[in-house]
Amino acid sequence: MELLGNQILAGVATGAIYACMALAVVMIFQAIDQLNFAQGEMAMLSTFVGWQLMQWGVPYWGAFALTLLLSFAGGVAIERLLFKPLADAPILTHVAGFIALLAILNSVAGQTWDFTIKQFPTPFGWSPFLGSKLISTHQAGMIGVTLVLLALLYGFFQFTRIGLAMRAAASMPESARLVGINTSWMVALGWGMASAIGAIAGMLIAPVVFLEPNMMGGVLIYGFAAAVLGGLSSPLGAVVGGFLVGVFENLAGTYIPGVGNELKLPIALALIVTVLVLRPHGLFGRAVVKRV
Amino acid sequence: MSALLSVKDLRAYYGPVQALHGLDFALQQGSLTALLGANGAGKTTTLRAICAMVRATGAISFDGTPLAGRATENIVRLGIAHVPQGRGTFATMSVAENLQLGAISRGDNKIGADIERMYGHFPVLKERHRQQAGTLSGGEQQMLAVARALMLRPRLLLLDEPSFGLAPLVVRELFGILGKINRDDNVTILVVEQNAELALALADQAYVIETGRIVMAGPAAEIAANQDVRKSYLGY
Ligand SMILES: Nc1ncnc2c1ncn2[C@@H]1O[C@H](COP(=O)(O)OP(=O)(O)OP(=O)(O)O)[C@@H](O)[C@H]1O
Ligand SMILES: [Mg+2]
Repeated sequence: MELLGNQILAGVATGAIYACMALAVVMIFQAIDQLNFAQGEMAMLSTFVGWQLMQWGVPYWGAFALTLLLSFAGGVAIERLLFKPLADAPILTHVAGFIALLAILNSVAGQTWDFTIKQFPTPFGWSPFLGSKLISTHQAGMIGVTLVLLALLYGFFQFTRIGLAMRAAASMPESARLVGINTSWMVALGWGMASAIGAIAGMLIAPVVFLEPNMMGGVLIYGFAAAVLGGLSSPLGAVVGGFLVGVFENLAGTYIPGVGNELKLPIALALIVTVLVLRPHGLFGRAVVKRV
Repeated sequence: MSALLSVKDLRAYYGPVQALHGLDFALQQGSLTALLGANGAGKTTTLRAICAMVRATGAISFDGTPLAGRATENIVRLGIAHVPQGRGTFATMSVAENLQLGAISRGDNKIGADIERMYGHFPVLKERHRQQAGTLSGGEQQMLAVARALMLRPRLLLLDEPSFGLAPLVVRELFGILGKINRDDNVTILVVEQNAELALALADQAYVIETGRIVMAGPAAEIAANQDVRKSYLGY
């Protein structure tokens, strides 16, 4: 029983990271209808930036905040320089762009910081959370930071004018322009936010998986699985999907004989395919009610 | 009276197809102008060209400011609201959010009061303010589209077939409101209509276009009184 509780809570903790990655993916998908395959490498590079800042002596939370700012700016810059010019290009051109970006970021990180794995600090420590053996303080911290992030994002999109404008631009760009919204900058803003959210995921998971240029590869696949499971059109779905995938992954690894650590990733892929076949819009993806 | 909007030699293209062949017209400050013509004449294209939503050449100026080279959103921000054909409301958002969005480019603090004013004009929108716009009836969506456009506090309002799909009684009510907004709030209006009789009764000026050219222009009353024009272009 304690093992089950332990596995579920640990799943929720990694699920929080998948939720963040899924949210970042959905954010860009909402803006440009494309899956950003480079989301993981962007998060990885952000994490290296955070690590570098700490190496230079910036305290953890200062480095954390600065990394978010830099990641935001980097996301905006990538959109302006690379993807804005592609706005009207066919899907395959976008895919090529994402893959090029992925490869570039990966080798830039490898060149700059080499491929050996590095320790990444956690401000939460590894002691038992509230004295229980169920999860560690770091895992609790992962869940806590994610929940704060989700609350802030919810407030931003529901209660601020700029959040409303971003939603409008994503759902009906032409109508959005007709009320005076600069939809092109809303897309850039979406990229910046997705990049910053990815940075949070990277910095939270790095103490667990260690820092190296390929650290986010697997994480992004789980993030995609979560986004597809929840529905690419639904940020809430992406978050729920993230937690579900995290728990599912852990339980399958523990309780299904023969799965173990090695087969966890194929299970995530099987999940993506199954959901796509059974519910193409995902669990929460909504088909808009239209009346004529 | 001076021209709020002046249009010179407007030509518009869809790919290689030319849809407008050199339109010249002007909208006087405070006027209510009807733009009439058969299906495919180029009415929608004219409105879209004003808002830079279709490739066009020619000189358009709004209150003396040339619009050439401006993006749609920047033209809107000058005070030109456009209710497109097919309404263009935000289907997945609530009625209240749609109205908020209409005022998204405004920086003043009277937005809440203006939303109440719109609820005054269109009480059904108040009843349904939390409902998703996509689930409103066609007529309700049309009212929402007009209300949303007015939330910009526009100086020029472009309406593309606002009566489309509305019951005759509702059309009269809507046109009554448009007339009131034109008079009381000094909003210049350009309205495209299939219902020529009704539009001419409301408007003070009218233009009739046919295959991308203006074939008739003048005071609405004169055009309405001209039997030949009515028969050959307006079909009533
Ligand atoms: N997206 C488009 N691509 C190609 N041609 C178009 C497009 N939109 C309109 N046209 C053409 O441009 C011409 C003018 O169309 P427009 O929509 O302006 O007509 P309209 O006067 O608004 O007609 P209606 O009363 O039916 O709305 C038509 O010949 C039409 O076929
Ligand atoms: Mg039309």
